[in-house]
Amino acid sequence: MSDHVDGNALAGDLREIFAVDLTVATGQCAGCGYRGSVATLRVYQNAPGLVARCPHCEEVVLRLVRAPGRAWLDLRGTVSLEIPLSS
Amino acid sequence: MPIVSPGFTGRRQSPDVQLPPGQYLTEDFPVLTAGPTPRVPTDRWEFTVSTEAGQKHTWSWQQLIELPAEKITTDIHCVTKWSKLRTRWKGVSLDVLLEDVETAADFALVHSYGGYTTNLPLEDLLDGQAWIAYRYDDDDLTPEHGGPARLLVPHLYFWKSAKWVRGIQLLLEDEPGFWETAGYHDYGDPWREQRYQGD
Amino acid sequence: MARAAVSGRLTWRVSSLASSDELTSSARRLVFEVPGWPGHLPGQHVDVRLTAEDGYSVQRSYSISSAPDGNLVELAVQRVDDGEVSPYLCDVLTVGSQLELRGPVGGWFVWRATDPAPVTLVAGGSGIAPLMAMVRVRALEGSRVPFRLVYSVRTPEDVMFADELRRRAREDPGLDVRLVYTRRAPEGSPEPPGRLGVATLNTYGWPAEFNPHVFVCGPTGFVETVSDVFVALGHDPRRVRTERFG
Repeated sequence: MSDHVDGNALAGDLREIFAVDLTVATGQCAGCGYRGSVATLRVYQNAPGLVARCPHCEEVVLRLVRAPGRAWLDLRGTVSLEIPLSS
Repeated sequence: MPIVSPGFTGRRQSPDVQLPPGQYLTEDFPVLTAGPTPRVPTDRWEFTVSTEAGQKHTWSWQQLIELPAEKITTDIHCVTKWSKLRTRWKGVSLDVLLEDVETAADFALVHSYGGYTTNLPLEDLLDGQAWIAYRYDDDDLTPEHGGPARLLVPHLYFWKSAKWVRGIQLLLEDEPGFWETAGYHDYGDPWREQRYQGD
Repeated sequence: MARAAVSGRLTWRVSSLASSDELTSSARRLVFEVPGWPGHLPGQHVDVRLTAEDGYSVQRSYSISSAPDGNLVELAVQRVDDGEVSPYLCDVLTVGSQLELRGPVGGWFVWRATDPAPVTLVAGGSGIAPLMAMVRVRALEGSRVPFRLVYSVRTPEDVMFADELRRRAREDPGLDVRLVYTRRAPEGSPEPPGRLGVATLNTYGWPAEFNPHVFVCGPTGFVETVSDVFVALGHDPRRVRTERFG
């Protein structure tokens, strides 16, 4: 059963926090080393928060929990994010 | 401030009973999951309690279902704000499973197939408050709802009732689980609305 | 327009429904007037938030189906009968009513008119919405980039934007439109109804050697199947971009 959507679905909630679109950033999975666009992660959203998993090894690479007036962003499953910036 | 959408109520019922603060009644049983649904065949299923001293107590599926089971009817409360009343389960009380376990631990970290974890005080697993449930509504528990077996701790928010339960690690110090490391409350009492850290 | 869409943190905008009409018996075209809309790229989406009187609130994402047009943003909303938001948007919300909307968001599943590579678009059901925006922007910009659209629907009655697609297939130079029916094909159709498979995608999409962009949008299972086919046909997985709507 497929119950996930694409990393694209993170765009709105991440843009509430960051001034640039992080879904076009290239991330590296801390579990398997896979590199790919945040938009290609597998996002599970029927959950208490957003859980983004590596499309290659299915490990959790990013989590975002939104509460009234605050948010938690967990990136321990990500080695780094390469973020395109204008010049 | 959000603007109100006139006529919007969502998929909710108006309750004739008192619910924990901020909760809404649902008749269906929403499926929440933080990852792919594990499919664990019962002939490979195992449940392990490990103590702070490193001792392990393991049950096979056959051993689990041969233990005395209880039927439980209880209300459940999900932190995403739905509550469901009078759900019916069958399972083995943690009092039975922990009876012969020697421990000085105060905390438990529950582990699931698929990697999910959740933490709670050990005392909340005892005294008829928690079960390893394997039947729901007179049927085998489906994988979507945590089958073959899930933890059932209905007095806490339902994320503590770990689906696809695989074991319980007994600990001297509290160790936050999957959602508890991402902002959710370490205890999660719905009647005190302990949704997030600091609530 | 692209510049405005990528900088600055996002906030909710109170928007009002400018028009609402039927796309199919189970889907509506909703056009919102969004004050201060910065413009968008085809393929981007918006988040919509509804709040009840007691504070209960839900949020959903919808792809934008229109080309940029001032403060107007068009969404194609499929009514999900046991859904929480789509029945409200389709059946309760009246013209002039307000809700909160934020966007545009998402910079990955977008087509840029300056990119000369050929494009294969594959839609399943209401997955046509963001691809429709691409088709419309292509025409608006006078682009001659070759586009092939493969659109999978259950029956002829489920085709959204049917008249416009028929017209564009005739009038927009370099745009091919192929409809695939999974349950019931129209009278006189050369092919019986059936699932979208390797043969159809191989025939009606651009071959991998042309190094096309491939955009696939639809239900999760559909997107999974279609994107696997393209990768198996030799397409670079990084050029097969997907938007699943669960």
